[in-house]
Amino acid sequence: MVALAKPFQPVATGASLDIKGVSHAFDIDGSVLPVLDDVSISVAPGEFVALLGPSGCGKSTLLRLVAGLEPPRAGTLEEDGVAITGPYPSRVVVFQDPTLFPWRTVWDNVALGLEAQGVLKTQRHRVDAAIDLVGLGAFKKAYPHQLSGGMAQRVALARALVNDPRILVLDEPLGKLDSLTRITMQAELVSLWQRNGFTALLVTHDVEEALFLANRVIVFSDRPARVTADITVDRPYPRHRGDPHLAELRRQILGLLGLDATW
Amino acid sequence: MPTYSASEVASLRGDRETALIAGDGGLQFVSRLRFSITGVGAGLAWLAFGLSCLRWPDIGDWPRTEVVAYTAFAIAGGIAIATTAQAALGKFGDGVQRRAPWLFALGAFLTLWELSTAKFGWLPLPFFPPPQSIVEVYTDDLPKLLDSAFASVKLQLGGYFIGAAVGFLTGVSIGWSRLAGYWVHPILRFIGPLPATAWLPIAFFTFPSAWSASTFLIALATGFPVTVLTWSGVASVSSAYYDVARTLGARPSFLVTKVAIPAALPHVFVGLFMGLGASFAVLVVAEMIGVKAGLGFYLQWAQGWASYNNMYAALIVMSLLCSGAITLLFKVRDRLLVWQKGVVKW
Ligand SMILES: Nc1ncnc2c1ncn2[C@@H]1O[C@H](COP(=O)(O)OP(=O)(O)OP(=O)(O)O)[C@@H](O)[C@H]1O
Ligand SMILES: [Mg+2]
Repeated sequence: MVALAKPFQPVATGASLDIKGVSHAFDIDGSVLPVLDDVSISVAPGEFVALLGPSGCGKSTLLRLVAGLEPPRAGTLEEDGVAITGPYPSRVVVFQDPTLFPWRTVWDNVALGLEAQGVLKTQRHRVDAAIDLVGLGAFKKAYPHQLSGGMAQRVALARALVNDPRILVLDEPLGKLDSLTRITMQAELVSLWQRNGFTALLVTHDVEEALFLANRVIVFSDRPARVTADITVDRPYPRHRGDPHLAELRRQILGLLGLDATW
Repeated sequence: MPTYSASEVASLRGDRETALIAGDGGLQFVSRLRFSITGVGAGLAWLAFGLSCLRWPDIGDWPRTEVVAYTAFAIAGGIAIATTAQAALGKFGDGVQRRAPWLFALGAFLTLWELSTAKFGWLPLPFFPPPQSIVEVYTDDLPKLLDSAFASVKLQLGGYFIGAAVGFLTGVSIGWSRLAGYWVHPILRFIGPLPATAWLPIAFFTFPSAWSASTFLIALATGFPVTVLTWSGVASVSSAYYDVARTLGARPSFLVTKVAIPAALPHVFVGLFMGLGASFAVLVVAEMIGVKAGLGFYLQWAQGWASYNNMYAALIVMSLLCSGAITLLFKVRDRLLVWQKGVVKW
């Protein structure tokens, strides 16, 4: 561990998340592929934590466990001290692929969560609000095949936000956006998080993005993933990309990822 | 982020189009002229057909020759008016103009047919009846033909809907539930590939009526492809869709009705299409063998009397009905699957 996490002041409705000694593996053709190795992460309510690690190390797998889509082979995961045994709409995931339902319009895709929970009739305005939030008000009636990759990703974000999650799990949600949209969306994400007070868990490949958004950056090793560093980013929001403190952290993290020689 | 609104794009394109038209007025005129030449040609072909009916005496006894000739003249006149006054007639004129090459081919074919059957007997009678003898069936035997068509449609619809509904439900359950799959899959493999017509002899004895037996067989022929394709559609739904729905709080019933079924619908329609084809075959065979009504029965009866013109007339009706049914199915599909891009136009 490089730096100890400073005590964090919870903002509002976010839930705490405790990942305790979680290990996971996949069976591939009879052989066992270990993917997570004794991962422990404790996230305070309302905290924004970024996960960084080499491709294929097991970040998405960890997020699936947090979502409750699969049980871990060993260890436990808890939301607000209650064990996670299955998916629950208080923990919403924005997956690496937008996975919009092609047979539903943008509006119907965003309405999915409310419809599944049976509250759509009384809460229609929330769908409109979420779509406006990601700037797609003009595309409510469009089908997914009529959207660009970045727009689809924004719809996926709106589909998650409409549920007012207590923990928002983001798997490289901005990975497919052009760099300009990406910067706008990062700022948008920060203000959303500050306004709504949810706990955020973000996987990203982009060190700068992690430093711009998160209170803490957790660095994973190669597969099977172990936590190699837990770095507190103690800078006020809104942050500035030129901040020398962030540049120093960035250099440090790239070093941890084995990339210091190139920078 | 540089974005263009839809209306901006549309106006850009619109400008270019108007510019093209303004710049190429001459070309426009030439292409319009070419179209009306095809139209005039189509009119002449139908005129030729009419004349061919009247110019030579029939080699047989066909009372409808004159009616056919005058109808052909009327059609020729209609085509001529529609293509020359195309602009004034709007949509109808456009439609006729677009079909002018086909109308021409049809007129030419009818002329040739008329000459080689009724006038010079190049083709052997009675196997190749002239156009007027087929028209004669529609004018003189219409009630019987309509009754037959109605009986066929009734039988077909009942069997098809039962088969499609049962097939769809079976397909969804074996695609979704392992237990259902365990029990139904072997039965499906054993019975499904058997042509439904193989059941005919047994079905006609075991069912209380020929009608119920045929309904059952049509349902069977429809049900098999619908079941298999619905099943494969449900089974091939990407698990990512289920993951998304589950994290958003979806219960199993929601996963079936709002994820599995809509995602499987394109497959289901392929099954419905194949089932329709298979069920037509069963319908006709069943009518020929057991049911004493319907177009298949009409065909069989006409064959008994060696009245080939009745058979051709019935075939044409049959083909219109089958084609109509498939068109209808595709219309429904296009309505339900608007979200798909690049679907085949029937
Ligand atoms: N369902 C599965 N069955 C078998 N192996 C899997 C499965 N899901 C993931 N894996 C394996 O687990 C490893 C980790 O995958 P994961 O998707 O978690 O990586 P990741 O860290 O998210 O990578 P990336 O940054 O490229 O998205 C990979 O080697 C992958 O092959
Ligand atoms: Mg991943």
